[in-house]
Amino acid sequence: MRMPEPDAAVIGRRPSIVEALRAICPEPGAVITDEKELRVYECDALMAYRQLPMIVVLPSTTEQVSRILRYCHENEVKVVPRGSGTSLSGGALPLADAVTIGMGKFNRILEIDYDDRCVVAQPGVTNLGITKAVEHKGFYYAPDPSSQIACSIGGNVAENSGGVHCLKYGLTTNNLLGIEMVLMNGDIIRLGGRHQDSDGYDLLGVVTGSEGLLGIVTEVTVRILRKPATARALLMGFPSNEAGGDCVAAIIAAGIIPGGLEMMDRPAIKAAEDFVHAGYPLDVEALLICELDGPEVEVDHLIERVSEIARNSGATSIRISNSEEERQTFWAGRKAAFPAVGRISPDYLCMDGTIPRRRLPEVLTRMTELSNQYGLRVANVFHAGDGNLHPLILFDANVPGELEKAEAFGADILTLCVEVGGVLTGEHGVGVEKRDLMGSMFTEDDMKQQQRLKCAFDPQHLLNPGKVFPTLHRCAELGKLHVSGGNIPFPNLPRF
Amino acid sequence: MTNQRYKPENEAQLQELLAWASQNAMTFDLSGQGSRRGLGRPVKADAVLDMTAFSGIRSYEAAELVLTAGAATPLSEITAALHEKNQQLSFDPPDLGPFFGQEAGQGTLGGLIACNLAGPRRLSAGAARDHTLGVSAVSGRGDLFKAGGKVVKNVTGFDLPKLMAGSYGTLAAMTEITVKVLPAAEKSRTVLVMGLDDAQAVKAMSVALQSEHEVSSAAHLPLAAARASTVSYLSEAGGAVTAIRIEGPGPSVVHRCAALRDLLGSFGPTEELHAHNSRTLWQEVRDITPFAGTSTPVWRLLLPPSKAAGTVAAIARSLDVQPLYDRGGGLVWLEVRSGTDAGMAEVRAAVSAAGGQAALIRAPDELRSRVAVFHPQPEPLARLSARVKEAFDPKGVLNPGRLCAEF
Repeated sequence: MRMPEPDAAVIGRRPSIVEALRAICPEPGAVITDEKELRVYECDALMAYRQLPMIVVLPSTTEQVSRILRYCHENEVKVVPRGSGTSLSGGALPLADAVTIGMGKFNRILEIDYDDRCVVAQPGVTNLGITKAVEHKGFYYAPDPSSQIACSIGGNVAENSGGVHCLKYGLTTNNLLGIEMVLMNGDIIRLGGRHQDSDGYDLLGVVTGSEGLLGIVTEVTVRILRKPATARALLMGFPSNEAGGDCVAAIIAAGIIPGGLEMMDRPAIKAAEDFVHAGYPLDVEALLICELDGPEVEVDHLIERVSEIARNSGATSIRISNSEEERQTFWAGRKAAFPAVGRISPDYLCMDGTIPRRRLPEVLTRMTELSNQYGLRVANVFHAGDGNLHPLILFDANVPGELEKAEAFGADILTLCVEVGGVLTGEHGVGVEKRDLMGSMFTEDDMKQQQRLKCAFDPQHLLNPGKVFPTLHRCAELGKLHVSGGNIPFPNLPRF
Repeated sequence: MTNQRYKPENEAQLQELLAWASQNAMTFDLSGQGSRRGLGRPVKADAVLDMTAFSGIRSYEAAELVLTAGAATPLSEITAALHEKNQQLSFDPPDLGPFFGQEAGQGTLGGLIACNLAGPRRLSAGAARDHTLGVSAVSGRGDLFKAGGKVVKNVTGFDLPKLMAGSYGTLAAMTEITVKVLPAAEKSRTVLVMGLDDAQAVKAMSVALQSEHEVSSAAHLPLAAARASTVSYLSEAGGAVTAIRIEGPGPSVVHRCAALRDLLGSFGPTEELHAHNSRTLWQEVRDITPFAGTSTPVWRLLLPPSKAAGTVAAIARSLDVQPLYDRGGGLVWLEVRSGTDAGMAEVRAAVSAAGGQAALIRAPDELRSRVAVFHPQPEPLARLSARVKEAFDPKGVLNPGRLCAEF
């Protein structure tokens, strides 16, 4: 992975940059320059890539963020925004010539408003922290990425994070009411509010999932929902991936949108069962966990219907949770799938493509062929309802060349997802990890238009460069128009 | 309005036309069926860009929950296809034809998305923007680009489909759109609470929305609006009616309606609407029917729900107004029958003080040409919006003036 060439002149200016940042953030420890302390920030959850940041600054007010960005804008210093550092795609990977801006001090919930059913929080508050703040009143914040205990709500906005419940309850973007953010030039703007929708361009929509390329979020307003009265789960085993996929399609065709609908393939089932002993059947090729939530009478009714659909789809085993404890046990294996795979392999890469669900059997078959070709094992967990696939590629980083092999295998899987009509990333983001694959999904013109939007926010490409786009075109270049003079084309176009 | 009209037959022709226009200072008024011309500011352009060639459902995979269609596909065609598979556009697309004094049943998918319209189910299911998964479009520069995808879960690249939703055709001419579709609810019923004043009604809706009964829509029709309903339970109520919609599997709906009537009984007498009556009421709220058949100015107020009744009361102190509350108070349609410029000064002052936004949704062309139809933005945001416009349409080829006077 090639990152933009560090600018030696900027690195040479490091002392004056440090001095300027200290003037903006005089609190002790707010500007980090010591190598040992910088080491903490050298990577996010995509740990294969590491880079020591030039400087880390930890602002504690919106005003400070604004002054830092204005300074960096005026002095052409690159910045990398960072929340909790749990990105799986390298979104917070530092640059050697950039200031990493850590938002960890923005850790307060500012307001809880049950009448308007929203929470106003600083961006460093954890995803789970929001639910914790309102659960005593029976409310929760719906998007629940698996890192929710650590990941920040500001990071969730940057990545448009999902989770196992997003088929029914939506991604971050569908649960976000408003933000305050700072633009690269230091301007502080507010998008949205405590109401749904806004007049004017939907900049809130486009900032969500922009991976730190458009600005730094300093305040977040999210909607909260009343917790469903009850939840129950079904654990269903199938003799083939096709049968499991058919069952998912049949559930949705029956008009049922479950709270969660997860699928695991044989290697993932075995790894999870060996690890947590959730009682998963080991004689099946595919395992489905279907969670139904809502009023008790609805859940009981739908459990019956889903059981019947599963039987008709050829399920060889069906278990239904009859207690909260049992429901948790069903989930325990799925939730521990990543560490379970970590137990049977020194290292693993977690991929994140989405496919049209009907293409699942052929994608899995092709993946098995690739697995044989690369000589690396793969286990699959799958947000089956929305077609979001998480293949885990097993490898050993201590074996020379094996990381590169695993990465090539991963790239082949993602390209395959695009080939069958899907996308490169369902919820983890492009970051640096999938940056160089963008061309498999988008044409040069597609990416240029995205970059023109970037130019509207950050004309010097100072915010998080080296992420998302394989090549950054200069804004002046992108602004040039095609030359087409002469008469209006198609003079014989129908006119009325 | 111009009488020149260009109708590109394919994306290549559209590209060439717009590239030429951007070089030669020509402007276009984008048009599908022209059913939403009443929304936004009137466009003064050199010619009409007729997009109707970009029509037809390209693919519909019910089990995948996605539908891809040409941007100018008539909405009625899409609704019919979805109906066959018992699915729907869950954001409740409104039919504002009669509200604007036109026929019902008009409009294209592209127009619907470009205006980011949504009905009462917006409260629980999101707006048009939340269901717009992917687009192909030609920018005002003449560049063809696609963004988003054709699957329900995707975070690859900037979410330009959301930017297209609500941009009123001022950034790019959409040629193809992929939307998320969802199963239609098996059963839908409505709990009515009779005789509440606006403030009590917002409280009652808040109680319902804070309950575990999964309310899909919540509206309040003050006396005048209730009287205008074709549902006799409302028109003959002799007072205001607050309505809570419950949708889902049959046994669940029956159970939740009963529970809600218990919960809301302390506010006032309750009633329950089934099948046809329930459907009719929500169509009326969706299509702003209480204010159809006239041409008095109507505002759309977006508010923190808890501020809705107070804001309307503040405006009513200086203007003669009739409100219709939707989204539990988060949306108020406000008919204004007195004041200068549809009471703009009073309406905007009260709404801004409450942290909301006010758009002039219906007014004569003359007034809409002269004022800010959409809520004015503070300076740094207005500058950013202008830069976003420039990123797609630097020469202002597309729908000049539709969103704001500046571009």
